[in-house]
Amino acid sequence: MPQKLNLNRVEMPRQDPHARGKNFKEVALGYSPEQAQEEASRCIQCPKRSCISGCPVNVDIPDFIEAMRKGDMPGAVRVLKSKNALPGVCGRVCPQESQCEAQCTLEKRKAPVAIGRLERYVADWEQQNKSVMPPPPPPPPPTGKKVAVVGTGPAGLTVAAEMAKLGHGVTMFEALHVAGGVLMYGIPEFRLPKAIVQGEVEYVKSLGVELVLDAVIGKIDTVDELLANGYDAVFLGTGAGLPMFLGVPGEDLCGIYSANEFLTRTNLMKAYLFPEYDTPLGMGKRVAVIGGGNVAMDSARCALRLGAKEVYIVYRRSKAELPARHEEVENAMEEGIIFKFLTNPTRFLGGGRGWVSAMECQEMELGEPDASGRRRPIPKKGSEFVMKVDTVVVALGTTPNPLIASTTEGLKTTNHGTVVADEKTGKTVKDRVWAGGDIVTGAATVISAMGAGKRAAADMHKFLMG
Amino acid sequence: MVDEKGERIPLTIADWNVKEGSITVVFNEVGRTTHKLASVKAGDSILSFTGPLGLPAHVEKFGTVVCVVAGYSTATCLPIVKALKAAGNRVVVIIRAPSKDMLFGDVPLRTVADQVIVSTGDGSFECVGFVLEPLKEVIEKEKVDRVFTAGPVCMMKLVANTTKKPSKIPTIASLNPIMVDGTGMCGCCRVSIGGETKFACVDGPEFDAHLVDWASLMARRCTYSIDTQSPVKYQCLNCAQW
Repeated sequence: MPQKLNLNRVEMPRQDPHARGKNFKEVALGYSPEQAQEEASRCIQCPKRSCISGCPVNVDIPDFIEAMRKGDMPGAVRVLKSKNALPGVCGRVCPQESQCEAQCTLEKRKAPVAIGRLERYVADWEQQNKSVMPPPPPPPPPTGKKVAVVGTGPAGLTVAAEMAKLGHGVTMFEALHVAGGVLMYGIPEFRLPKAIVQGEVEYVKSLGVELVLDAVIGKIDTVDELLANGYDAVFLGTGAGLPMFLGVPGEDLCGIYSANEFLTRTNLMKAYLFPEYDTPLGMGKRVAVIGGGNVAMDSARCALRLGAKEVYIVYRRSKAELPARHEEVENAMEEGIIFKFLTNPTRFLGGGRGWVSAMECQEMELGEPDASGRRRPIPKKGSEFVMKVDTVVVALGTTPNPLIASTTEGLKTTNHGTVVADEKTGKTVKDRVWAGGDIVTGAATVISAMGAGKRAAADMHKFLMG
Repeated sequence: MVDEKGERIPLTIADWNVKEGSITVVFNEVGRTTHKLASVKAGDSILSFTGPLGLPAHVEKFGTVVCVVAGYSTATCLPIVKALKAAGNRVVVIIRAPSKDMLFGDVPLRTVADQVIVSTGDGSFECVGFVLEPLKEVIEKEKVDRVFTAGPVCMMKLVANTTKKPSKIPTIASLNPIMVDGTGMCGCCRVSIGGETKFACVDGPEFDAHLVDWASLMARRCTYSIDTQSPVKYQCLNCAQW
């Protein structure tokens, strides 16, 4: 019987833009059970199942949605978690519009099923209904093999979960005092609550994974020491943690932060709760965030919540070239972030006590497309002007932290500092060492790091059991 | 990091005991975190501690090395002095303390170094004055091959100026900018060395003192002074920063 297509995508309630600009609570509030049911019913269970191929970890999307529609929430959780160890994270921060939802049959009618929102609903349901979940399947017989996972961001957590599920002994090493990597220090609370991240970390630990905090591999132990001390294989998932700066005069003035520092102070160290928490953040009233990616949007929206009066996004290209997710740009605009497009800082000017007081900028225009396919920004002659600012956040991107590469012999790196690894298997040129996520690709998405983690885990398993 | 609401701060290791599995750190109670750390009692634990981070001190046979230190760096320079001695150097240590009562850490140094000179601000012990006078005297008297300095930024800056002219003596300063993660992730500890940006947490803490942009380091050190430092006495009154 032909089914009538429902093209009314169920919107997810969000905090009012004015109110949310003053708090760090989550912006998107999640579906109610009724909304979730309605959205799940929109999936036509088409035979193509092309959404699955749009997902870097190949979640059986139609199956978990069908379980939801039937009211079998534990079943939906089981389907989702068999492929994705971090659904609460992915449901919130994945760019579904360019992945699973882009492949949805209903996308042709401009109304793809809101797969991300449904994923989030299932993950949150599980967190709140642990007691009614059937017990997890018994752990597999131990293989006797030991795996070291360096870094506990999305790639590391995925590898750890996969390897533990296969019966290997897994130890995760984290440099900071808490696990989660960029999910903890980078993505703000209002987009990804830290309790959700820690819930996912607890799940990975519940699979039998050991977690060692405060362990800076490369300093405390080298990769070779791990390999010599009983680990059969090592996975490197240390991310892209080295911030890039503009390299213009005055960049060392006080009040100029890398986005990494600004976000780490805010999210990981909870500077927004200073003085209850000890880490301060010197915040002014006029803040300029340099860059146009998701990290720039996160920084600008944090600045607003930290009490800034005016927050600018200063981006050298135009709106069309913004690399940030459309949804995040919209959120930022709604909250009152002011966008200055085709503008590029040329130097910073200091005021009293070495603090930044102003920023000289240059207007830009767009020329021919460059290597990235985007139109190249060209400075307009004589267009310099001065903007008064008292805080600047430089969000130009990050490259891999050289700590591991510089202390590991036999690891090959590119000119960009990324570690060379096989795209399909994550295998590096060094014996018994795999790598995946931002350390290989440069700064990318949570889900692509997880996909790399899955592929590496499969190859490591093959190697260990071969 | 003392507790879950705490702050991550960098400390220099002053000594260690492999057998006991212990390390010694020395710090001055100036802000929230050091106050908290000072209230920790024997047998208590703190939330997080990691290290050693950064690059180890560069030690080889230089000849005669003068170490100019003050404050808690008097204690933290001990392992470096020991290593310099073990490498066959003649080592002279110049310690700056405000008064005899506030002098500490000199006793173990005396057992290791060839000579220890203490300079007290009020003249209550050994010579009066700042560290520069004894430093100049040593340089005049003997051939100095290298100077190492650790302590307040303004002192290190003045030491660097003293060893620059008339005869340039290679001088290494152990820098102490504000840090957050300590692994090269945030760039808070960036310092300008000969016009190049370096991260003290991974590239340092030791740098060529003659290439350091001291004004920028002094300003950046004071970024949070108002928020975190309680006693006004630590706001150096004659400093251009205030």
